[in-house]
Amino acid sequence: MKWDWSAVSDFMPYFWDGLLVTLQILVLGSLISFALGLVWALLMRVPTRWVTWPVGAVTEFVRNTPLLVQLFFLFYVLPEWGITFSALTTGVFAIGLHYSTYTMQVYRAGIEAVPVGQWEAATALNLPLRRTWTAVILPQAVRRVVPALGNYVISMLKDTPLLMAITVLEMLGEARLFSQQNFQFTEPLTVIGFAFIVISYLASLALRALERRLVH
Amino acid sequence: MTSGLWELVLHGVWVTIQLLVLSSLLATAVSFVVGVARTHRLWIVRFLAGFYTEVFRGTSALVMIFWVFFVLPPAFGWQLVPLWAGTLALGLTYGAYGAEIVRGALAAVDPAQREGGIALSFTPWQRMKLILLPQAVPEMIPPFSNLLIELLKGTALVSIMGMGDLAFSGNLVRLALQESAEIYTYILLIYFVIAFLLTRSMRGLEKKLKAGVGKAPKKKTAAVRVPEGSGVS
Repeated sequence: MKWDWSAVSDFMPYFWDGLLVTLQILVLGSLISFALGLVWALLMRVPTRWVTWPVGAVTEFVRNTPLLVQLFFLFYVLPEWGITFSALTTGVFAIGLHYSTYTMQVYRAGIEAVPVGQWEAATALNLPLRRTWTAVILPQAVRRVVPALGNYVISMLKDTPLLMAITVLEMLGEARLFSQQNFQFTEPLTVIGFAFIVISYLASLALRALERRLVH
Repeated sequence: MTSGLWELVLHGVWVTIQLLVLSSLLATAVSFVVGVARTHRLWIVRFLAGFYTEVFRGTSALVMIFWVFFVLPPAFGWQLVPLWAGTLALGLTYGAYGAEIVRGALAAVDPAQREGGIALSFTPWQRMKLILLPQAVPEMIPPFSNLLIELLKGTALVSIMGMGDLAFSGNLVRLALQESAEIYTYILLIYFVIAFLLTRSMRGLEKKLKAGVGKAPKKKTAAVRVPEGSGVS
């Protein structure tokens, strides 16, 4: 096995570019998934079947099909319908949508974990529905689910390389480009593999610290 | 779509199923070996098993696939057939997630059961085989079912390496027809049907296993991915 340090140092500038794009996807994708997931979770609580059934079916479908094929779908089908976004925007939206179907279940569990007495108190105080949600239920529910949401951010980090398939140059995309130009596959791929382990390990440490602070 | 193109898609389904079966077998083997090793009495065995799970859960499955396809051949001088390379990368990665499930389920068995085994002077291996695993395995089925769906979704990644699975056949049909909405809708539907069948059969398996230890399955299991941070999974 040949290991060439000069290939590593040649790759580093591209690595930083890729890392920046990866983190960008991660932050924007997380924000979309947090927001959309909350919307799904709230829609699932609307008391008519006409809302819960379609929302449940669509999210179930998105959750059980591969993100990669969803990326292809959005990347190739949307332009056919006359909607064009950059590859990065499409990718961020797809990953956010995919993970919102997971975060919705986290929110659901969080909302269900709010003690029923809180609902009763809100009714007793004659709070309107909107105030009940924004001032009583959601602040307590969201606090409980932060660690679980964090786990999905880490999962999402590991799915960001998929965006390479729709030409986004994130870490893996940069590594592949560099490898093909220089015929050195070992170093760039190992560097980014290592980077993923380090980032997700640091993130899980940070998450554990956050969890401890929220619990106490 | 012509019948020739459908044949292409069917062949893709076949490759995906082959890959799914092989890599889920490897992942199951890895999960049990590593998960049981994490409860071993020697610290070095526990440490190595923990290290394995951290490394393979820490990295991305797609990066792993690239690594097996591009780094292993020059490094060790042998090249795997794509099907086996895909199986290896997916089985090792998802096996690390499965190991956490096994460890969590073993830890969740009532401690009195283990103590009972010690009191009856069972060897550690007998305790594992006769007492802990029969009670822990039914509890593992719901999280394993979710992991199996994740693995099914993961098999699509090999299409990036040019392996002719279902996702790849979708790309070929798109290129042939210059039209993508229809074919990708079909591909997504096929994946969904496979996932649906898998979930159903895993639920049947759970029912059967739980009946074997005299328990009834829970009414409804939420499909949540294995938690990755701390805590019992």
